[in-house]
Amino acid sequence: MKLGVLFSGGKDSVFACWRAREKNDIACLITVVSENADSYMFHTPNIRCTKLQAEAMGIPLLSWPTRGEKEAELEDLMAAVAAARDQYGIQGVVTGAIESVYQAVRVQRICRCLDLWCFNPLWQINQIDYLRQLRSFGFRVIISGVYAYPFEESWLGAELTEERIQSLAGLQEKYKINPSGEGGELETFVLDGPLFKKKIEILKASLSYAYYRGQYIIEEMRLVEK
Amino acid sequence: MICRILLADLCYKKNSLSRFEFVHPIREILERSGFPCKICHYLEVTDNVLASYDKVILCGTALKDNAYMEQIESFSWLKDLNKPTLGICAGMQVISASFGGSIVPQPAIGLNMIEIIRSSPLLGEPRQIEGYHLHNFAATLPEGFLRLAGRNDAPVAFQRGTLPLYGILFHPEVRNRWILERFANL
Repeated sequence: MKLGVLFSGGKDSVFACWRAREKNDIACLITVVSENADSYMFHTPNIRCTKLQAEAMGIPLLSWPTRGEKEAELEDLMAAVAAARDQYGIQGVVTGAIESVYQAVRVQRICRCLDLWCFNPLWQINQIDYLRQLRSFGFRVIISGVYAYPFEESWLGAELTEERIQSLAGLQEKYKINPSGEGGELETFVLDGPLFKKKIEILKASLSYAYYRGQYIIEEMRLVEK
Repeated sequence: MICRILLADLCYKKNSLSRFEFVHPIREILERSGFPCKICHYLEVTDNVLASYDKVILCGTALKDNAYMEQIESFSWLKDLNKPTLGICAGMQVISASFGGSIVPQPAIGLNMIEIIRSSPLLGEPRQIEGYHLHNFAATLPEGFLRLAGRNDAPVAFQRGTLPLYGILFHPEVRNRWILERFANL
């Protein structure tokens, strides 16, 4: 089946893409670029960097703008998916949704409207097990945004290691956070993974952080041989 | 003795991408509760396979996946199966069709209130719960079945008389994991 992946450049969409690629043809990645930093639906830090990730994986990227207003952005998502269907002939959409009924329902409705299949290969997965799978399958993931107590500045730009996963498991127990960050606590960016023919090297980045909210913005990067 | 549960994968083909969404979450919930499970695509379920398990769950499918509807005869074993069985969404539709009911259009996507109207070992006492729906079709109540939930249109849950054969239209793996644990403990 020819599929399009809703692609933010974070770990969930990259992992979902890899799983979908096992037995399907990934015709394109679909990135909705939101002007609203607090978008309900779309991951925002470093969203423009998906272009280099797509290049690293050798998959075409369809980039679609949205102003990121609460329900209007769904119309933009539908337009983006319709464009992917028309341009790349996709028969279905893949998302990295794990627990978010809010996101899953909206994408399901869009797919139904457009008569497309909808796949959520991470749906309801145990989040700590999943974080460990990312590492064991060779994904290199950094934390690109923090948005909740008690994430300190040291998380920004840090790689997802076993030590960090243990910390997240502890925070899940103590503060009921989603360790994968799907509740908006964390954002991530993938530098390398099993689908990457080349890996991403960050040359320059900047950091902003205050009161447990911060972003790690990639300013310069390049592809290097693995 | 530990209860072993067979998870019948109703997706359009064996090892499809949908199994991660509709079968694996159920396996994970049950195995974390101490019930070993085995996944078997519905076209490969035979009497020999069934003989090795104590209970059976017929799992759901993607919204656009209706292939199981063309293969209802593949579930002929349901009529003679003397083991606790739970059909989820597409699985409920298959149970209905196998016992003389019909599969009818009734689309729903998202969280909805579900009214449990009759007490049962699976769902407990009458009350309202919130459940996650993802279906284009529902199923009518076959003769000899009791409506456990849902007042209007097709039932949201049913049971074959007092036998441990159940169907639920919503997905218990989302927000209602207790139903799977309760079924495993029946």
